[in-house]
Amino acid sequence: MAANDTLEGCFELMGGDFSNAGAASSELKSILTKLGISADIVRRAAVTAFEAEMNVIIHAVAGTMHYMIIDNTLTITLNDMGPGIESIELAMQEGYSTAPDWVREMGWGAGMGLPNIKKYADIFKIDTVVGEGTTLEIYFRLKGEKC
Amino acid sequence: MQLSKIIDLVNGTIVVDGGVAAIDITSVCSADLLSNVLRHGKKGALLVTCLNQPHVIRSAELADIPAVLLALGAIPVKDMVALAEEKKIVLLTTSLPMYTTCGILYGAGLRSCVED
Amino acid sequence: MLTVSAIAERLGLNVVVKGDVSRTVSGCYVSDLLSDVMAHSKDDNLWITLQTHPNIVAVAVIKGIAAVILTNGRSPEAETVRKAEAEKVTIMISADGTFELAGRLYAMTKDLQP
Repeated sequence: MAANDTLEGCFELMGGDFSNAGAASSELKSILTKLGISADIVRRAAVTAFEAEMNVIIHAVAGTMHYMIIDNTLTITLNDMGPGIESIELAMQEGYSTAPDWVREMGWGAGMGLPNIKKYADIFKIDTVVGEGTTLEIYFRLKGEKC
Repeated sequence: MQLSKIIDLVNGTIVVDGGVAAIDITSVCSADLLSNVLRHGKKGALLVTCLNQPHVIRSAELADIPAVLLALGAIPVKDMVALAEEKKIVLLTTSLPMYTTCGILYGAGLRSCVED
Repeated sequence: MLTVSAIAERLGLNVVVKGDVSRTVSGCYVSDLLSDVMAHSKDDNLWITLQTHPNIVAVAVIKGIAAVILTNGRSPEAETVRKAEAEKVTIMISADGTFELAGRLYAMTKDLQP
C-alpha cells in the first residue's frame, strides 16, 4: 500500500446478535494482518474492536464499525443506536457494568470493556447522548509501519 | 510446555485439532469472563474456562490464543466447534474442575499470563 | 484442615470483608459464572472468582461458601461490600490471577481437593 493511500471499510452490527458476535472484529483483524501491520498493533486493534463490538451487541439496537487507515493512523469508529452512557466516569471504572445477569452468564458484563479499550488504544474518545446512542473513536499509530 | 503434555496431565480429549503437535504453551489464563481474557491473555497462552460458547473461540482468535481447554466436562455447542475448526483453534475438554485443572498445570510449572 | 484465616495468611490475601474466618475450608471452586457455582460448589468451599457484582454474596450465602477470593486485584463493588457485611460473608482480594492463585492453593494442601 502506498504511503498516501486511504483504506477504509464498514461492518453492520445487530444488537442482540450473539451468534455473530466478533465476526466484524475477526474480519478487521484479517484485513489488518494482510496489510502487513505488525502483530502487536493488529492484536491491540482486534481486542479493542471486539470489546466495542460486544458493547453494541449487548446494549444497542444496531450499529456500525468503520475503519480507516490514513496518514499512518488506523481509526476504528463505532456508532450505535443505543441507550447511551449515563456516566462515562462510572463506565470507565473497572468492574462497573450495567449488563444484565444473563449477559454475565455468557462471559461478558465484567465491567472491563471500556477500560480494556482505553488500555490498548493509543487514543480513545467517547461521544454519547443518553437515549440516542454512542460513538467510540479508537486510534492506533502505525508509525514505522509499511502501509 | 508442549500442548500434548498438557492434554496428558489433565487427561484431556481433543475436540478440534488445530495443530496440537506443533503448539508450545507459554502461559495459562483461567477465566469465564472474556474481557479478562482479552486483557490478560497472552499470545501463545492456553485458555481454561467452563464457557462452551463460540465467543470464547472469537476471544482466543482475536487475542492470539492458540488453544482452549473446557473444564468440568463442559460440552462445546455446535457453533463453538465449527468456529474452532474454521479458525484453527485447538479445542480440548477435561472432566476435571477448573480448580484441579489449574492446580495440576501450575504444579507442572506453568504460570499465569502476567500483565505488561 | 485449614481455616479461612490460615489460608488468607499463607496466600497473603487482603481481607476486605471479615465474616467468620475461623471456618474450616472443605475445598475450592473456581468459576466466574454464578449459575455454575450454584450448580457445582460444595458447602464450606472457597470460591475463587473475578466477579465483583453484589450477586456473589447471595450465591455465597445460599451455597454456604466459606469465603470469596477475588483475583487480579479486583475490588468488590460498594454494594457488594455492604451486602457481604450484612450477611457476614468473608471477601478477600488476591493480586494473583485466577490460575496462579488456584495453583498456589492446590500446591499448599491436598486436603483442599474438591
